[in-house]
Amino acid sequence: MTAIEKNPITLGQVTALNDRRKGESLWADAMRRLFRNKLAVVGLVIILINIGLAILAPVIAPYSFKEQNRAAANSAPQWVTQLFPNMKPIGVEGGYIRVNNDYVMGADAVGRDIFSRLLYGARVSLVVAFIGPLMSIIVGMIVGLVAGYAGGWVDNLLMRFVDIFYAFPTLLFIILLMTFFRLGLSDPVPGTFGAFMADIDDSTGGMIFIFIGIGLTSWMQMARLIRGQVLSIREKEYVEAARSIGTPTRKIMLSHILPNVLGPVIIAETLSIPTYISYEAFLSFIGLGVKVPTPSWGSMISEGAERISSYPNQALFPALALFFVMFAFNFLGDGLRDALDPRMRGAD
Amino acid sequence: MSKYILRRLLWMTLVLFVVSIITFVLMRAVPGGPFSSERPLPQQILDNLNEKYNLDDPLLVQYGSYIGDIVLPRITTEQLRPSAVEDYLINIPLPFSEYGALRWMNFGPSYASRNRSVNDIIEEHLPISMQLGLAALIVAIAIGVPLGIVAALNRNGILDYTGMGIAIIGVSIPVIITGPLLQYFFGVTLKILPVSGWGTFNHLLMPAFALGFTNSALMARLTRASLLQVLNEDYIRTARAKGLSERKVLFVHAMKNAMIPVVTVIGPLFAFLITGTIVTETIFGIPGLGRYFISSITGRDYPVIMGTILLFAMVLVLSNLFVDLIYAWLDPRIRYN
Repeated sequence: MTAIEKNPITLGQVTALNDRRKGESLWADAMRRLFRNKLAVVGLVIILINIGLAILAPVIAPYSFKEQNRAAANSAPQWVTQLFPNMKPIGVEGGYIRVNNDYVMGADAVGRDIFSRLLYGARVSLVVAFIGPLMSIIVGMIVGLVAGYAGGWVDNLLMRFVDIFYAFPTLLFIILLMTFFRLGLSDPVPGTFGAFMADIDDSTGGMIFIFIGIGLTSWMQMARLIRGQVLSIREKEYVEAARSIGTPTRKIMLSHILPNVLGPVIIAETLSIPTYISYEAFLSFIGLGVKVPTPSWGSMISEGAERISSYPNQALFPALALFFVMFAFNFLGDGLRDALDPRMRGAD
Repeated sequence: MSKYILRRLLWMTLVLFVVSIITFVLMRAVPGGPFSSERPLPQQILDNLNEKYNLDDPLLVQYGSYIGDIVLPRITTEQLRPSAVEDYLINIPLPFSEYGALRWMNFGPSYASRNRSVNDIIEEHLPISMQLGLAALIVAIAIGVPLGIVAALNRNGILDYTGMGIAIIGVSIPVIITGPLLQYFFGVTLKILPVSGWGTFNHLLMPAFALGFTNSALMARLTRASLLQVLNEDYIRTARAKGLSERKVLFVHAMKNAMIPVVTVIGPLFAFLITGTIVTETIFGIPGLGRYFISSITGRDYPVIMGTILLFAMVLVLSNLFVDLIYAWLDPRIRYN
């Protein structure tokens, strides 16, 4: 008996197998693979929890993030003094910490509750994580679409432009931009564009300029990606057919180019989110980020780092929060990349 | 090949020009000059300072003279360093000593420290940053590459998962996190390493590790991916079919090819580490160029800012060029014409 005769596969089984594979779009296939990846799911859950905490911050936070209470400055609850052995509470030999169980994670140097500030700081990091990519996609998309579609010397010029921006050390450039924004628009002449931007900046707690800064320094990757896609799609027959029946350029771009480009764009941006978060953290660390008193994990680490020998909780709790968020986005990004990889489609 | 190098060098000069223009414009567009952030000076002194440093000239003239000082060599008979304004980086004494020396590359004086020129500052602080960058690079390679190799050889085994797990954690902790963590653990709790400062080997350990660890994760992932890809190639299968020992297959055939992408990433990695020293030096209190750069930004010390950015941009572009050349040399299939 042959193997086939021993275990016959019926026609019904074969068609059922084919139907399952054929009917799935790339997205459904990707979602299925993504959710099988446990690490990516863990990352997603952490991010969702963070988003929830950030949105509910005004409700959950026990204290305001900016009210100062000098009497309780640098105090810490009991469990924190037990966690860090060198933080000795008053009463023990060599003790100096005022134990105050009202503050869940302790208070900083001017008496603000660290836990509340962490919650509000989550807002800053998450907004950067979502709006940052948006900015770089917008700038990159404009450049990429124009370059790809126009071709010729326009394409050449724009790509040289991209190469020049690649040569800029990103961190230095973003520091330069932020300095320009902060110092250049600190006392603007009222009524000018500068004053208008400064007002928006104030109302967002200092974040608009960070987004513009991120957008201006990381658009290059997007531009190249999108231009490549446009170039490869532009010559396809169905685009030519669409053009010949009079479809406007805009519609061609939306219906044909956009869906093809979306996958790599999502992957590239999700993987860049930890970089954006770290830029914002570092800018706040050196004082060029969000405006005081908006709390940012970076500025909290910077303030805490000065006192790390005596009050390590002030620096280490925000550092831990930052770590969790970056780590979650890294897992999610890796999972997305593996899930959306078209070479692995249907292979499980 | 040499035409390629020439073309790249010309491109590099163009790029640096544009970088300098953008930086110049951004810096000058900020109102308030370099002397307005200190205690308010009487108008007379301000006028004198502006005149001395030519801050009243139109922007184009200022930019022109700045770039001219850097790019155009000149022959002078003056002594080596008459003032902070006239400090040249390259001085070649001419045989006819009455004509003086050929001097080149003057980055200008520092506005903040009146007696020092930018060249002085760079000479003083850059070596420290370079040492830190180099140490971080060694850490990144020494940890990353073996980790990647071990992970690739034990694919989907426990070593692979732990290795890649460490790598993902490494990528998620930038220096801002590793810095204070290490400072607390080794400096405060265990008290075996100094928390900040510079000078001894102990001072180098924590910053180099903090800076290098994130990038070692990148190296590990890259090495693993590259080695896995090479091990799947046909020529490896041929080598095994010929009966070569696994060790020979690995170290003679697989490793050399797998290392190509790894080596080519070292160039940009080094440039990235150099810019990363900005963060590390601020955290660990190291007197390097990065930390000086930050203080010069708030102090509006234009020549130092310009000089540092140009320097870093130069390092970046040069390392990219270097890496492209190494890649062409290592992989005979790629030849630029």
